[in-house]
Amino acid sequence: MTAILSTPLESWHINNGAKMCPFSGWNMPIQYKLGILKEHEFVRSHAGLFDVCHMGEITVQGSQAFEFLNYLCTNDLSKIQDGQCQYTLMCYENGTVVDDLIINQKSKTDYLLVVNASNIQKDFDWMQKQVQNFDVSLVNISDQKGLIALQGPKALSIAQKVFGEPVLSIDRFHHITLEWQNKPVFISRTGYTGEDGFEIMCDADQSNILWESLIQAGGDELRPIGLGARDTLRLEACYSLYGHEINDQINPLEAGLSWVVSLGKSNFIGKESLVTLKEQGIKRQLIGFEMVDPGIARDHALIYSGDQKVGEVTSGSYLPTLKKSMGLALIQKEFVNAELFADIRGKMKRIQKVKKPFFKLT
Amino acid sequence: MSFNPEQLKYTKDHEWVSLEGNIGTIGITEYAAEQLGDVVHVEFPEEGEEFEASNTFGAIESVKSVSDVYLPLSGKIVELNEQVSENPGLVNEDPYGEGWLVKVEINNNDEVEGLMNHAAYQAFLSEEA
Repeated sequence: MTAILSTPLESWHINNGAKMCPFSGWNMPIQYKLGILKEHEFVRSHAGLFDVCHMGEITVQGSQAFEFLNYLCTNDLSKIQDGQCQYTLMCYENGTVVDDLIINQKSKTDYLLVVNASNIQKDFDWMQKQVQNFDVSLVNISDQKGLIALQGPKALSIAQKVFGEPVLSIDRFHHITLEWQNKPVFISRTGYTGEDGFEIMCDADQSNILWESLIQAGGDELRPIGLGARDTLRLEACYSLYGHEINDQINPLEAGLSWVVSLGKSNFIGKESLVTLKEQGIKRQLIGFEMVDPGIARDHALIYSGDQKVGEVTSGSYLPTLKKSMGLALIQKEFVNAELFADIRGKMKRIQKVKKPFFKLT
Repeated sequence: MSFNPEQLKYTKDHEWVSLEGNIGTIGITEYAAEQLGDVVHVEFPEEGEEFEASNTFGAIESVKSVSDVYLPLSGKIVELNEQVSENPGLVNEDPYGEGWLVKVEINNNDEVEGLMNHAAYQAFLSEEA
């Protein structure tokens, strides 16, 4: 048993009324005094600030950095230019998922990867194992970096107050590095809420001053948001969460992520398996659902068609913007359009397949 | 409808009961509601169902968690709070009033002796904290 980890912002959360909970080995704010429902709604109507310092950052540098990452990951890295970001996956040889991540391309010899907190060491070990024949150096800089997400319709104006005009020029899935209080700050126009917004990376020891500056600049239009609302926000947007929609037992074709798997590009890890899987046809499919009967089908609830078990809920919750209980479930393909029931504490409750995503900015 | 917390009886599972004759009105305490966070769904029993004391008669769901609720006294469910069914947030907003859950026809009034009064419940809470 290892000791629970703290982000640089832990004291701030505790001093500001957060309810703290362990998450992936980190002591994180699950919610503040506002509560999950109001925090969720505040992000959709104004803006929210999220401590995501627990997430991992890995640098990939060297003359073959591009070649290495294009071999390591499933998406086609040649689709992006310097200054852009790409959502992608690392897969095992059998096509199941090591992790999902964002690749930020500074140049074709200099990349910054953002990976899931729960997978930092696993990802880094996996990358080191694959990198041997490439002229590339990998550094896990997770402990030296703080990461803060600023999300919601007011995110742009708040970011502009703190960082000035340069943020106006950052397009969606682009990034810049600028100097703030004499230190480099990396800003990408990305997020995990379905809203416009930014993810801002700084040196770990600058996390508190940056957080405070954003909170001050945001005033009444910004609230700190815990992991509870982060999860309901991402679920409305139908973004995958590692360990739920994707893991080392699920392949990206089943998880509805074939849009980040470029089977046409030259070799990458898992390609052979994924090509075969595609030819044979996938056996399971991730569907969006809503409850027809009252209740909440939560993670791991079993799904039935008649007496037959045909799948399992990967993420399920009450969703505040839609004011409905909804979720994602991995279902045997031949049953995705059948009449389905979720087993909720021994009672069969009717669910209905619905289109993904549940929430999309118009 | 509103109940005076000082006149209620309490369980260690943080339910309260108000007795009028052999009819008990049952809810969860303010402490329990706060610990749960925003309540988004209440699973009720059927009217007419009978339960033994300390058995679970339903569940309260917040965004992140599910908690069973236990009947403080043995009896038959005679009324459900329809308003809470439609607006579960009442459990947070008014736990000792509009947020009541069910009314029960009590089998045995002697069971009340096993419950805590307000002072005892407060003492129990400060031990827990």
